[in-house]
Amino acid sequence: MTNTARQASRRAAIVPLAVAVAETVHDGDSVALEGFTHLIPFAAGHEIIRQQRRDLTLVRMTPDIIYDQMIGMGCARRLVFSWGGNPGVGSLHRFRDAVEHGWPGPLELEEHSHAGMANRYAAGAAGLPFAVLRGYLGSDLVGETDTISTIACPFTGEVLTAVRALTPDVAVVHAQRADRHGNVQLWGITGIQKEAVLSARRAVATVEELVEELEPQPGAIVLPAFALDFVSVAPGGSHPSYTHGYSRRDNDFYVAWDGVSRGRETFARWMEEHVLDP
Amino acid sequence: MSSTPRLERGDPARPADAGPRFSPAEMMSVAAARVLPDGASCLVGIGLPSTAANLARRTHAPELVLIYESGTIGAKPEFLPLSIGDGVLGETADAVVGLVEIFNLWLQPGRIDVGFLGAAQIDRFANINTTVIGASYRAPAVRLPGAGGAPEIAASCRETVIVMHQSRERFVEKLDFVTSVGHGSGPGSRRRLGLLGGGPSAVITDLGIFAPDPATCELVLTHLHPGVAVEDVLAATGWKLRVSASLETTGPPTEHELAALRALEQTRPAGAR
Repeated sequence: MTNTARQASRRAAIVPLAVAVAETVHDGDSVALEGFTHLIPFAAGHEIIRQQRRDLTLVRMTPDIIYDQMIGMGCARRLVFSWGGNPGVGSLHRFRDAVEHGWPGPLELEEHSHAGMANRYAAGAAGLPFAVLRGYLGSDLVGETDTISTIACPFTGEVLTAVRALTPDVAVVHAQRADRHGNVQLWGITGIQKEAVLSARRAVATVEELVEELEPQPGAIVLPAFALDFVSVAPGGSHPSYTHGYSRRDNDFYVAWDGVSRGRETFARWMEEHVLDP
Repeated sequence: MSSTPRLERGDPARPADAGPRFSPAEMMSVAAARVLPDGASCLVGIGLPSTAANLARRTHAPELVLIYESGTIGAKPEFLPLSIGDGVLGETADAVVGLVEIFNLWLQPGRIDVGFLGAAQIDRFANINTTVIGASYRAPAVRLPGAGGAPEIAASCRETVIVMHQSRERFVEKLDFVTSVGHGSGPGSRRRLGLLGGGPSAVITDLGIFAPDPATCELVLTHLHPGVAVEDVLAATGWKLRVSASLETTGPPTEHELAALRALEQTRPAGAR
């Protein structure tokens, strides 16, 4: 990944999700589907699986079930992440199978902490080549991950941690709503979505609904149409994650996924029935 | 919800008149909740720490400020969240901030009192591993979820409290991977590494409570939970464990604590840890 300080100009077009994915996600791309527990773009991830993208570098702080599915379906060559579990439940079994047994193919890891990943997105969004933080001190991650280094402060000489900027080819986020111009509004736990969108070369937002006007909401972020390439309407597109004000997190699904994903065959059958041929 | 604790078989041996029966896991959650001071700000890990922190808010520490790394500050969930970003956290929080802000502006400068973490493995200096089991990072026997927010939580909070089940496989002589630093290799380690916070002040398990020796930074057994013998703890520890000269017995859960914990646990989806 090279860093480009200058972003190409954008203007969100409102298109069906299949078109948005076909236009933006190509084999070999680095792709960041973000959303921290909240607003995880499952519908977009499923569309990427249906379009059979391969050799992707998947970027995400918390890989969650959506990346478990994409890894298990053979979309990924590499994973850039900071926490790969099923929160409160246990393991992501497809992720583990890939790392521990190379199934369905080997998975390269580029592993960070949350603070490091958040700063990497912020640097990418700011058009900077790296970010500075107090992080990873004494952790064995430093020796395993070559996008973690150190830098001396030019004013005090203090040695600090540096992490390389993230500049994914594509960022995908889910949001509550968009207007007809393609301005997108999201609220609740807003996570890293703004930084992810602004760090990426191309950006897609799926939304619950299109509205005439974006009424102000406490704590809301607006991603202006010029920050996005495509907006697609995908009601329920965050399930089993949730959309604040529209749906609740389907915790029973997260618990049930543990059993579905443990075996390769039960996993493949579930994906066939629910994603490939729903 | 009944406030009378139900009786359970197979609990630690206790005199019949000594109060309600409880499981080792319940003792662990109650003991962990007790170490959180009322009014403190606490960055809460998911799983056991979240259970204990929410129990503290319902018992002795109603003013405990729960902070989850999803950016929810002052969350007051009425039921146990399954994940650190459940809707109930955002809906009940005093403030919801983005991830860059929670890590850079709130955690990094050392504003948060207590970092409350779990671990897969721990060593005598309370360094923790949540990354891999096995000698090889690239080809692990077991791939664990990884670091999440823990390295910086363990670095920057004024103190760290760790809660975890204890066994010889978890309390190890040498970690397979150092994910987050406790007291490093002993006295002076944290200062040399440049870690701002004070590091682990307590480790609470289903067997007892451990605290670092002020001189050596090595974990010492300070409390045995009721019904647990020193030999049980030694057998579940992979290094030559030191036992405090003034070893105490943890006070058993009160009826109020047990009722509050069981009411909380019932709000969690079946099958969750």
